[in-house]
Amino acid sequence: MVDLHGYLPLILKGALLTVEVAVLSLLIAILLGLIGAAAKLSGSRLAKSIAAVYTTVIRGVPDLVLMTLVFFGGQMLVNEIGDRLGWDYVDVSPFVAGVLTIGFIFGAYLTETFRGGIMAVSRGEIEAGHAYGLTSFQVFLRITFPAMVRHALPGFSNNWLVLAKTTALVSVIGLHDMVFSAGQAGGATRQPFTFYFLVAILFLVITGVSDLGLRWVERRYSVGVRKT
Amino acid sequence: MDFSVIIENIPLYVEGLWVTVQLVVLSLLLGLVLAVPLALVATSRRRFVAFGPRAYIYFFRGTPLLVQMFMIYHGAGQFDLLKESVLWVVFKEAYWCALLAFSLNTAAYTAEMLRGAIEQTSFGEVEAARAYGMSRATQYRRIILPSAFRRTLPSYGNEVIFMLHGSALAGVITIVDLFGAAKIVNSRYFVPFESFIAAGLFYLGMTFLIVWVFKIAETRWLAHVRR
Repeated sequence: MVDLHGYLPLILKGALLTVEVAVLSLLIAILLGLIGAAAKLSGSRLAKSIAAVYTTVIRGVPDLVLMTLVFFGGQMLVNEIGDRLGWDYVDVSPFVAGVLTIGFIFGAYLTETFRGGIMAVSRGEIEAGHAYGLTSFQVFLRITFPAMVRHALPGFSNNWLVLAKTTALVSVIGLHDMVFSAGQAGGATRQPFTFYFLVAILFLVITGVSDLGLRWVERRYSVGVRKT
Repeated sequence: MDFSVIIENIPLYVEGLWVTVQLVVLSLLLGLVLAVPLALVATSRRRFVAFGPRAYIYFFRGTPLLVQMFMIYHGAGQFDLLKESVLWVVFKEAYWCALLAFSLNTAAYTAEMLRGAIEQTSFGEVEAARAYGMSRATQYRRIILPSAFRRTLPSYGNEVIFMLHGSALAGVITIVDLFGAAKIVNSRYFVPFESFIAAGLFYLGMTFLIVWVFKIAETRWLAHVRR
């Protein structure tokens, strides 16, 4: 049996933080993705081009570069604004920077996923909703969104799995997630391989469990659709 | 914002760019060489034969590249046997560790794409090859693999972009690639915006270049299925 020298709780604490970062950034990404998809499908040329720049730039630059930019740059920006307003020195936490960046990045990917999903919803259903006198927001909430989920789900699942793995990057900006903890434990025990391998397995557990969950959601939202 | 510092340090960025290009091109080549046999074995109908490559693919696709790189770069020192062998020449250098991690990673992704493409080869093509009396090896060499490569092309373009972006991780383990160069400029002059935006622009430019190259490649090799 592998001896972890009592570092297991530290790693598991880090794993919890990893999951927190992943879930929070997913929520931001969903929000941004819906806004982005709405902008891309809207009639406004301005909204369309802003969304186009957003998705192109984000998908063209490495996540690590964006994260360090937000972390170090954000620190500077906040304090320059703070200086003028007479605040004390503010520390931007790696947690906030990490969650915001990952949310921002995957918002761009989800924009495309949601756009595809919304476009796959049949026009007739949306028209029927309007004919019943529902407001645009009600149509979105009761018709477009539930119907879209089924179409967007495969892309969404993919993005979530990639997002979960991307959270490993927060260790680079100093957040004590499970990758960071594995580094500490590995250094102290001179068994870095053991601890990084353990973390790799934990990532497989996270993706494995979410796979089961996503399959359940897929079944739920496919009720009423005949399988081929 | 003041980009004059960046202009002064352009040589450093160009040096970093060169290292990034090296890492990406070499790991893609090595990854492709590994991916073909992996994909072939993974499509085997004998389950216990396919199990090995499938487990490899599952592990490398399911875990973060950063962790894989750390396992190799930091983890190698844990094994005395490795430390005393000639292989240590490779494992003590950050550059080779990064290259190894990237190659193993992209091999898994590429193998998975190829596996899908091989399995989806239309049976008519295989049947025609058989009717011509081709041996199994010839079938693979002349029919199945070329056709699978073509159909993998669009998703392989994405993989190349992922590899370019993933290669920025090399900057984390002291390698002066494009990201490493930006880190140096930032720590020397404390210009986080300018230094990382400059690196980002280089990456963005390269991403566009890759997209453009693959567009041309697709018109050349996928003309028959393009809409």
